[in-house]
Amino acid sequence: MSVMTKGKVTDVEELKKIAKSVRIRILHMLTTAGSGHTGGSLSAADVAVAIYFSKMKFNPKDPSWKDRDRFILSKGHAAPLQYSIMAEAGYFPEETTQTLRTTESPLQGHPCCKRLPGIEVSTGSLGQGLSVANGMALGLRLDRNPARVYCIMGDGEIQEGQIWEAAMTAAHYKIDNLCAVVDCNGLQIDGPVAKVMNIEPVVDKWEAFGWHVIDIDGHNMEQIVGALDKAEGIKGKPTVIIANTTKGKGVSFFENKVEYHGVAPSLEELEKAVKEIDNE
Amino acid sequence: MSSAQGTERKPKATRNQYGETLLELGRERSDIVALDADLSGSTKTGKFAKEFPERFFNMGVAEQDMIGTAAGLAVTGKVPFASTFAVFETGRAWDQIRLVICYSNTNVKLVATHGGITVGEDGASHQALEDIALMRALPNMTVIVPADATETNSVIRTVADYKGPVYVRLGRSNVPYTMPDDYQFRIGRAHVFHTGKDANIIAAGIMVDAAKKASELLATEGIDAGVINMSTIKPLDEETLLNAAKTGKVIITAEEHSIIGGLGGAVCEFLAENHPVPVRRIGINDSFGCSGGAAELLQLHGLTAENIAEAVKTSLKNAQ
Repeated sequence: MSVMTKGKVTDVEELKKIAKSVRIRILHMLTTAGSGHTGGSLSAADVAVAIYFSKMKFNPKDPSWKDRDRFILSKGHAAPLQYSIMAEAGYFPEETTQTLRTTESPLQGHPCCKRLPGIEVSTGSLGQGLSVANGMALGLRLDRNPARVYCIMGDGEIQEGQIWEAAMTAAHYKIDNLCAVVDCNGLQIDGPVAKVMNIEPVVDKWEAFGWHVIDIDGHNMEQIVGALDKAEGIKGKPTVIIANTTKGKGVSFFENKVEYHGVAPSLEELEKAVKEIDNE
Repeated sequence: MSSAQGTERKPKATRNQYGETLLELGRERSDIVALDADLSGSTKTGKFAKEFPERFFNMGVAEQDMIGTAAGLAVTGKVPFASTFAVFETGRAWDQIRLVICYSNTNVKLVATHGGITVGEDGASHQALEDIALMRALPNMTVIVPADATETNSVIRTVADYKGPVYVRLGRSNVPYTMPDDYQFRIGRAHVFHTGKDANIIAAGIMVDAAKKASELLATEGIDAGVINMSTIKPLDEETLLNAAKTGKVIITAEEHSIIGGLGGAVCEFLAENHPVPVRRIGINDSFGCSGGAAELLQLHGLTAENIAEAVKTSLKNAQ
């Protein structure tokens, strides 16, 4: 595959097709692995697909190409989502996806940059990705490199104090080559986010921290692409997209089920789930 | 045995040397960037900040964010020096150092000041006595404790060229020049002042000077105690350590750090597995510090040349 350039896939219908393929691969990977995080991988799928395929420039054959746009999955437990996208983009052969969560695999339980070229920095301990994204954005700015940085966080994840340290930093240093996303699926391991530790009002919080906030339906591809387009034009401040999503999106019996935060589909569930996504 | 001209110079804090060397590096190399967590006046990164404001990032009182930002800068090809007090750098942001610096193997230089008890009057909350243990436990991390300004200059220049995570521990208080003027630091290479036939004192940081004085005291009593500056605590210079253990009868370690997990711990771990000899660890005995003058606190915690000399004699007696 050659270098993916900005605006490679602009057709929303095409992006939706890629998202379907990415979701199906996620489910296959998780079922084979027998463990992993289903709900949060599916909730962020549409946004992540739009970022990678409609916005980012990268070269799967040269993952450290210096002019690439950067992506960091701060909610590292959604690793199957990033792996599925990277397989779709041609970073590694399809059969590698079947090695998820095994000793020799580049596809560790959480993203590992030393194992998998194309992962910028390892994640998994929550709350750290936005700081790293800021650092990358500042480094690119020092080099006058026009590349952009994308960072996806979870809504439970923003309970981590470090996220708000980083939120201050991005605004203070006017980091506008960064677009962050909060995947607001409303659920975390112990239950609804609102019950475990309320984070609302999310939009007000980011605005108060000096960010440009775009509040969207995180499964509406037109809205996602529109928000990403808009983010590129915002200068002098960072942009965050609040993506309102459904945990387990695309599979009726996983949707809004907190039990599927960290549980992989069984073989029977996989078959039904793939059918549902195919027929959607 | 030591540099004659070196000992005549006025004592200087290693943090002051860091500020000067970092500034020089900034002039020589455009890839050097610096970060601080609101302590740039104390860590001396302020000198760099003044001349290179576009390459300096004050992160405010937010150490965890500082570590993450440094890692991000490193993956875009910068060589970040991230500084604050040792207790905050290593303790407050340990998980961040573990994940985005060590596990990710990013090229970040953690240069912490105010290590050890000689922080003084600020008291226990600000005295890092466990930082070496915390950093030494992390895979991919190199841990260095320079003895004086001469060594600090060489260390900072060396780690700027080295690719990978490094922790450098510096001090607040003035320390005498103790290393030879022409000394060149190399990662993992200890400096042997001399190897003793009776005992060998393995020291790091400000305790190197105390060890040299202890050796002189012991010489007047006919005891040959060698002195080795083990400034790289990880990776340990095993060859030099083994040679010292084989030449003398006992080993004494001396550090301005807890006796748990630091230089003393590292030396014991290696010797126990490779060449068991009696070892006595001089350091902070599993306690916190308190407010006080630097010299006063060193006395209070038994970290003087006299304490080291006494430990050598006791060890030799017990070994008979």
